[in-house]
Amino acid sequence: MVPADLRYTKEHEWVRQDGDIATVGITQFAADELGDVVFVELPAVGATLQQHGTFGVVESVKAVSDLFAPVAGEVVEINGDLVAAPELVNMDPYGRGWMLRVRLSDPGQPAALLDAAAYESVTHG
Amino acid sequence: MTDTPALAEGEPAPRETPLVATHRVLGARLIEFGGWLMPVQYRGILDEHRAVRERAGLFDLSHMGELFVEGPGAGDALAAALVSDPRRLEVGRAHYSMICQPDGGIVDDLIVYRLAAERFLVVANASNAGVVSDLLAERIVAFRAVLDDRSLATGLCAVQGPRSAAILAPLTDVDLAPLRNYAAVEGQVAGIPALVARTGYTGEDGFEVFVEWARTAELWAALMEGGRAVGMEPCGLGARDTLRLEAGMPLYGNELDRATNPYDAGLGRVVKLDKEGDFVGRSALERLAVAPPTRRLVGLTITGRGIARHGYPVVRDGRASGVVTSGTQSPTLGRPIAMAYVAPGDEEPGTILAVQVRDQHVDAVVTPLPFYRRPR
Repeated sequence: MVPADLRYTKEHEWVRQDGDIATVGITQFAADELGDVVFVELPAVGATLQQHGTFGVVESVKAVSDLFAPVAGEVVEINGDLVAAPELVNMDPYGRGWMLRVRLSDPGQPAALLDAAAYESVTHG
Repeated sequence: MTDTPALAEGEPAPRETPLVATHRVLGARLIEFGGWLMPVQYRGILDEHRAVRERAGLFDLSHMGELFVEGPGAGDALAAALVSDPRRLEVGRAHYSMICQPDGGIVDDLIVYRLAAERFLVVANASNAGVVSDLLAERIVAFRAVLDDRSLATGLCAVQGPRSAAILAPLTDVDLAPLRNYAAVEGQVAGIPALVARTGYTGEDGFEVFVEWARTAELWAALMEGGRAVGMEPCGLGARDTLRLEAGMPLYGNELDRATNPYDAGLGRVVKLDKEGDFVGRSALERLAVAPPTRRLVGLTITGRGIARHGYPVVRDGRASGVVTSGTQSPTLGRPIAMAYVAPGDEEPGTILAVQVRDQHVDAVVTPLPFYRRPR
């Protein structure tokens, strides 16, 4: 079960919209697939994200995976807790494991992403 | 994020150990490794790694190659085929060895057990087992010895960790107390005829138990039951890799390959140039033993922010030095560690190098191997 109030991408990122601000992370499915997350590399505050562009890297013990921006905009905040505690991505991917907050270039963008039901069909497909 | 690639199309289906169904029931994630479908993790690599360091872990190693060489000329045959001298082994003992090409390049690294005066067991890596079997067959032709490749007839489970003797002892008629490191003895485990060896690839005390293929699942079940009380975990290849890296042990395909000779890898002590008789690679290895090294295998501790991975470049003051062969976040040390080949002159412990992680240079310091040594 994925949270119903979020939007999703096929690449397993989630977006929580609050006006023109979007919070971004990776899904529980993604975190489980990766295994124990031991390192997260995020862009600097002020960086500009292109939709579908890479915005960072998440590493498990074994694997390195790129993170793709689900929306375009300017990074206004990153989750500094992930430096010391990357395992938050596994423990609480939709909460304390969030990755960054973006000021949306187009506040209409998240609505065009997958809803919870559509994302669930991706992970069960 | 990107998905982990599945099996490439067009590859033959991987082989399965007798334990694949068991792994699935335990919730393992299975991957193709060395031509085999193997568990990479069950509950999680970090949990499994810690279980081995603190208590015990159980590994399915049935993919390894078991090559028996037997006959009055078996010792001479192996001495001619390998870089070590198995004739020097006492019965019941084992040593680390390598099989090399004529140019000294490493075909595989091996454990050789002397089971009887005229009977040896050579254990090869899964991905190389076929090649090693073929090469051994070729190289022993002139000797009074026969090769019996029992790779697909032999199951192997390893119990590793400080509690492994306590787990195994009640299940076996083998007296484990006098069984030394790199020693092996035949006996029974859970009523199954077995070869019990005090060997492993984790840096901990532990045992490798070889049994008949068809009885591997029975052995696994008995070991799992025996380990329950001490919190033993089934462990996959992911933990096996982080454990061996902390213990500073090379992995074929990472630190060792055909373009690498034993001296490059700091394993010159394994090559017995003083042994009697010719062996494949001797003349090349005699030259390499005294030639100035072209590269050095070192340990690196990453002091900057980033994880060094296989293939990442190593630099010193902006000039190229070498390449990372293995790297991960060390579960025990809580920081990233790596092994790398670096330029001669850059190998002294304490030397400050950098690893290129994507577009950044991340500081690293040369660190003596192993990174982790078990408390005794």
